[in-house]
Parts: sequence; structure tokens; C-alpha cells
Amino acid sequence: MEIRPIISTLGRHRTAALLIVLEIALTCAIVCNALFLIGSRVEQMTEISGVAEDEVVRVQLTGIGTDENSDALTRTDLAALRALPGVKAATVVNQLPFVSSSWNSSIKLKPNQDRPTLNATIYMAEEQFVKTLGLRLISGREFEPGEYRNFSELQGPGATTDLPVAIVTHRLAEKLFPGQNAVGKSIYVWSDKPTRIVGIVEHLVRPSLQGGPVSREDSIVLPMRTAYSVGGNYLLRTEPDRRAEVLKAATAALRANGPARIVLEKNTRTMQELRRDFYRQQRSMAWLLGGVILALLVVTALGIVGLASFWVQQRTRQIGVRRALGATRGQILRYFQTENFLLVTAGIILGMLLAFGINQLLMQKYELPRLPWYYLPVGAVALWVLGQLSVLWPARRAAAVSPAVATRSA
Amino acid sequence: MFAYYFGLALRSFRRNKVLTALMILAIALGIGASMTTLTVFHVLSGDPLPGRSAMLFHPQLDPQNKEGYVAGEEPPPQLTRFDAETLLRERKGDRQAMMTGGNVSITPQRADIAPFRVDSRYTTADMFVMFDMPLLFGHPWTAAEDEAHARVVVISKMLNQRLFAGENSVGRTVRVDKDSFTVIGVLNDWRPTPKFYDVFAQRGYDATEDVFLPFTTSRDLTMDRSGSMDCWGDNNGDRTALNATCVWIQYWVQLDSRDKVDAYRRYLTNYSDLQHASGRFQRPTNVRLRNVMQWMEFHHILPSDVTLQMWLAFGFLVVCLLNTIGLLLAKFLRRGGEIGVRRALGATRSAIFQQCMVEAGTIGLAGGALGLVFALLGLWAVRQQPVDYADLAHLNPVMLLLTFVLAIVASLLAGMLPAWRAMQITPAVQLKTQ
Repeated sequence: MEIRPIISTLGRHRTAALLIVLEIALTCAIVCNALFLIGSRVEQMTEISGVAEDEVVRVQLTGIGTDENSDALTRTDLAALRALPGVKAATVVNQLPFVSSSWNSSIKLKPNQDRPTLNATIYMAEEQFVKTLGLRLISGREFEPGEYRNFSELQGPGATTDLPVAIVTHRLAEKLFPGQNAVGKSIYVWSDKPTRIVGIVEHLVRPSLQGGPVSREDSIVLPMRTAYSVGGNYLLRTEPDRRAEVLKAATAALRANGPARIVLEKNTRTMQELRRDFYRQQRSMAWLLGGVILALLVVTALGIVGLASFWVQQRTRQIGVRRALGATRGQILRYFQTENFLLVTAGIILGMLLAFGINQLLMQKYELPRLPWYYLPVGAVALWVLGQLSVLWPARRAAAVSPAVATRSA
Repeated sequence: MFAYYFGLALRSFRRNKVLTALMILAIALGIGASMTTLTVFHVLSGDPLPGRSAMLFHPQLDPQNKEGYVAGEEPPPQLTRFDAETLLRERKGDRQAMMTGGNVSITPQRADIAPFRVDSRYTTADMFVMFDMPLLFGHPWTAAEDEAHARVVVISKMLNQRLFAGENSVGRTVRVDKDSFTVIGVLNDWRPTPKFYDVFAQRGYDATEDVFLPFTTSRDLTMDRSGSMDCWGDNNGDRTALNATCVWIQYWVQLDSRDKVDAYRRYLTNYSDLQHASGRFQRPTNVRLRNVMQWMEFHHILPSDVTLQMWLAFGFLVVCLLNTIGLLLAKFLRRGGEIGVRRALGATRSAIFQQCMVEAGTIGLAGGALGLVFALLGLWAVRQQPVDYADLAHLNPVMLLLTFVLAIVASLLAGMLPAWRAMQITPAVQLKTQ
């Protein structure tokens, strides 16, 4: 196919050609960036939390006023919960994944370090923590029975914070001690006494999105028995199909145990529901971006159809002449297809530059990461396909022009 | 003439129904998306207290220890209880209040309503006057009640409805946690947007608290607090104690004139210097004093998704406009013959230009009307979203007007180039080819 005549024809329709190139470029740039935003959101939504989400349920309750005996009441609560039919394990936690409220501490590798190495979240664990959440230990050991202390004892005035052992996530271990075995190494959390890492779990995400995706698994588990008065979160592990029943039974058991307390029904749900809620905004943003991409592509396609039909109509006589001079239908069809390919290609090249420009802006303003290169070919292919599909109808109409048109009028 | 061109435009639309519909649809989609996101942006970035926000300031001090100190770094956004109580006692502003958020249990006297949990705010007397909070019944408490650690409470209209069926409940008793409080006032509908006075609690757009009671009382009864708290050094024991090394108090001060602002800044510097000299502050003096709008801007209260959506929508509008320009160009040039005849019959270039612009503007008007429908649909969709500002997404009259202005301006801009090209058509060439 000879390209030169196409280019010289386009040269005569500069304004229209330029408009369509601009439209394609802008569409390409927005689509690339929007796809990237969708990608990063989907990545967040499908993250592995480390928790056996389909087996864990949460009950949240709160006392009325201050409870002096919250430690003792927590013990009897847990005993009652563990005795329920269908409950494999139950524990009390200060915080949990997918519920934004969280406890955090700076972490140091040396006691006199001036600036902390990083900020990590603190899970306070009681005896059945690992079992209830279903964490997978990949190195070292779990806490030993003698290592647990009551959080309330560490709170009193003048109490010394002494936390000899901790379990960390694999990703945090890699961050703190890259390339080494972190088990047996010491860190400094909450105090100037060393805390030894005794175990490493495969995954455990932070409750909130604090610190962004890179800090998602900066989690430390400390052997501290907390009381229901700290956040009021009981977690129970059961069979997936007994979750509703267990939630109901647990609520009743807690209401029956001890003085009047308030079960926060709205927050008493399965882990999967909590996750769904937690990512609802991300999900709706992803759908919105998807909708915009679709609308952009449709509008651009309509623009191509409109302009191409106009050109076909305008050039009907020339097409007739070419046909009369021996051009086949296929050649006419390919003429318009090639023309479209050239326009779209020009648009894509301009669009790539624009896409990177927009990405730079987003990086500065919203601390987004760099646009990975593979989004560009995806955007390019999408627009090439779109261009070819939209030009098909006008091009076929052009090919259908009969050579006799050349002889009419004029 | 205008009416005539308008008639011509309508006739031209009838001739190219599909093309016209496409143009209107494209503009409407662009306008609908832009107006939806612009409305959300407008609502969320507005002034929470028009007329008062410029006079309200949030002071910041740096009471942290030497550890990890970097010169020039932003001091913590909140105050320690010690500093807040000192500033409050010294009363150097026209009005001032210290506060924090929390949760309390309410036990209704009627046995048929189970105890429930509500959001609370522990604050001091000036908050009500300073923030211009409207009271439905009763009045706010005064500094005397703050000092007396009085068991008084101001409740929201909603809570008043729930507990007292909406009657004037002033003087009646409410059980908050384990203690009895006397209702002193009932707050009418009041929802500053963004919720500037505590932006760290719920990303800044959640509903107003149901219970307001004196800060002093809340500490006597160790009521549950909520929101961000940042501690350093050795802070075993009660982190809400007077001398705890934790920042968790929001503090607002009203300063009625520029001079007073400057004087207050000097006062803060002086206070910080004194604290430094006494050894309580270890870092060099580093104070900030921002008013409401500066405060919200600095803390990026506006969710970044909202701005992102707005830019996305405007990008989409530009694509739609480019599309309209292309289609209008095609449409006008296709009528080259007709324009040639008109020119030959004596129409001036400017008459052709006007005619084309009227046609473009008409498309804009239709696009605006349809765009308004899309915007209303879009805002309805926003209200279905699980975000805490969802219920605020409504189109106001200004935005309604703006929709049409935007649509017509956009379509006129889009029509400019095609109209310019159309008026360049030389009659002779066109007539020859007929």
C-alpha cells in the first residue's frame, strides 16, 4: 500500500486530521493512567491478609463506663466463647485487619538510634491469637505460655515496659534484616530494652492503609493479653458455613456474661464482610474509572466514525474515479484503513508522551508510583483496535461506491 | 435574525439527526461528568463556617523530645493536655476552646430502649459561641461550669428526639456511661463541612457528635476518647494525664484582628521559649498558627480521589469537545454549497459565522439540559456510595446555572473553529461545483 498519497490527502485536511489525532492522544493518555489506577486498586483489593478470612468472625462490644475488672471479665468471656459449639478458637485483640483504628510504634535496630528505622503496627496477642487468625508460621516458633503478660500490668504508673519476644511478618523481617534470618535478632519497640524476634509469619496486614502499599505488612505481634475494654474486639474461628450461627451464639454468650454491656451490632460481622466494606471505596473508584474509560472509548470511536464518514462522502467522486481506473474494492477499503492506522498511530505517539506527563503530575500531587511501561502497549493496542473497528463501516461504504459515480454530474 | 438562525439550526438538526444526537450526547456526557465531580469538589472544599473561619486559628507547638529531631520539621498538629490547659487558662485570644472526641454509652430511662453508644466531644465553654453553634433549647455551659467539673451535657437534636421525643429536655437527666448528667442545651442541626475542628478522626466529613460535655468532667470520669494520639518518651501509665507526653488535644482560638493574630503568634513563641528554658520543651521553638482554611489545606482534608475524579472528568470533557469540534467541522463544511449560495446572495462572512455559532450554541443548550440530567444521575450515584460525605452531594442553584454556562461556553468554544472555517468558504468555488 502506497502511503504517500494518503499523507498528502491528510495534508489537505489538516484541521480535521489534527483534531482526531489530538482526541486519540488525550484518550490514550487518560486510558493508560486510568487503567493504571484501576490496576493499583485491584491489587490492593485482592491482597492476602494472612487471616483465614472465610473462617473468622468478629464481635465488638463496649462496657458502660470504666470497668475495673476488665481483665477478669475478658477471661470469663473467652472461656464462654471457646465453649460455644462450632468455635475452634477465640481470642481478644486490640486491633484487626480491615478496621482502621490501630496501634503503632516506631521500631529501632539500636537503642540509641536517633531516627527510627520504620513505623509498624502492634498486634497484642493472647494465647489463641495465631490459631484464631489462622496465621501461617514460616520460621521460628510461636510464643511460649510463660511469655504472655497482661497489657494492664504494663500500663500502671512506673511500670517497666519489658517485651522480651515478638513475632513479625516475613516482609517486615526482610525490611529490617535484608537477606538474613531475622529469628533471634533484636529490635527496639516501645522501650529501650531489646525485643527478640522468635517467629516469622507469612502474612499479616496492618489494620489501616497507613503508610501506603509499601508498609502494608509492617506488623509486629507482641505477647500481651489485652482486655475487652481496649477496642472490644473478640475474634472467633469456626467452619465457613457456621459463621452466622457462631456470631449469634457469641453475641448471646457475651450479653449473658457479666454486667450490662453494649454489643455494637453494626460492627459484629464476618471477616469477609469487614474486608468488603474496607475496600468499598476503592472498588467504587475502580468501577468509576472503568466507566470513564468505556465512555472515552465510545466517544472517540463515534468521533472517528463521524469524521471518516464525512471524508468518504466528500471524496465519493475521487473514489469513483479510482474505481473506474481499476482500483479494487479491497484497495479502497485498505486505503481508509491505512489512513486510520496512520492517524491513530500519530495519536498514540503523542498520547504516550501525554500519559507520562499526566503520570508525572499525579506522582507529584498524589504520591502515586510511576506508570509501569506495560500499560502503554495495552493502551496503544486498545486504540488501534478501536480505530480499525470504527473505520470499518465508513470504509466499507467507501468501497461500495460504484465506478459509475465518476461519470455522473460534474 | 437570531430567531431565524435558531430556526435554521433546528432545520439543520432535523436533516442530520444521528450526527446531531451524537454531538449532544457527547457534550451532555462531558458536562454531566464534570458537573458531578465539580459539585462534590465544591461541597467538600467549601468554607465550613462562612464569615467566621478567617478569625479561627489552630496553634501548634513542638513539645516533643530531642529524639529524631530534624530542624524546620512541622510541629505535631495537636497539643498536649498540659499546653492546652495552660493556653486556655491564660486566655490570650478573644475566645478559645480545647477539645477532643470520644465515645460514650447512653442508658435511656425508658426500659424499652437498650443502652447505645454515641460519639461525644469533650470541650470547653467557648466552643459554642466561637463556632456559632445554634441551640434549639437551653444554652451552652459557661467557664464556671468547666471549672466546677459540672455534670452538664448539650445533646444533639437527633439524640433529643431519641431520648425525649423531641421535647424541650433542658433540666432533664441523661445517663452518660455510669453517671447522671443534666441537659443544659439541645443543639439544632449543625454540620460544618468539612468537620474542620477534628480532621483526624474520620477523614473530616463525618456527622456532628451527639453529646457535648465539659472536658474537665470527661477526665474525672475517664471517659473513652477517640482520634489520633501521638506519644513519645516514657509514657507508661495514663496517656491522658495532665503531664503525659502525648499530643491529642485540638485547640481553637478566635482572633478578631490582624494585630491580635500577630500578638498571639508572639505569645506562642514566648510561651514556647519559656517552656524551652524551663527544660520542658527540648526542641527549639517552632510554632504555627493557621486559620481554618489554611489548616484544612495544609492537612489535605479533601480526599485525593475527589480531585482525581474532577480532573478525570475535565479530561473527558475536553475529549468530548474535541469530538464536537470535529463533527461540527464536518457538518458545516458538508453544507459548503448552501453556504456558498448564501454568500453569493449577499450574506456577509460575519453573518455566516453568527449562523454557525447559533447552531453550536443550540447544541450546547441541548447538551447542557441533557448534561443536567446526567449530573443529577451522577450525584444520585455518589449518594449511594459508602463515603461519609455521600449525603452532602446535592446540586445547588449556583451549580445548576454553572452547568448551562459551562455547556454553552464549551459548545461555543467548540463551534468557533468550524464556524471560522465555514465563513472562509468562497462562493465562487462552491457554485461552480454545483
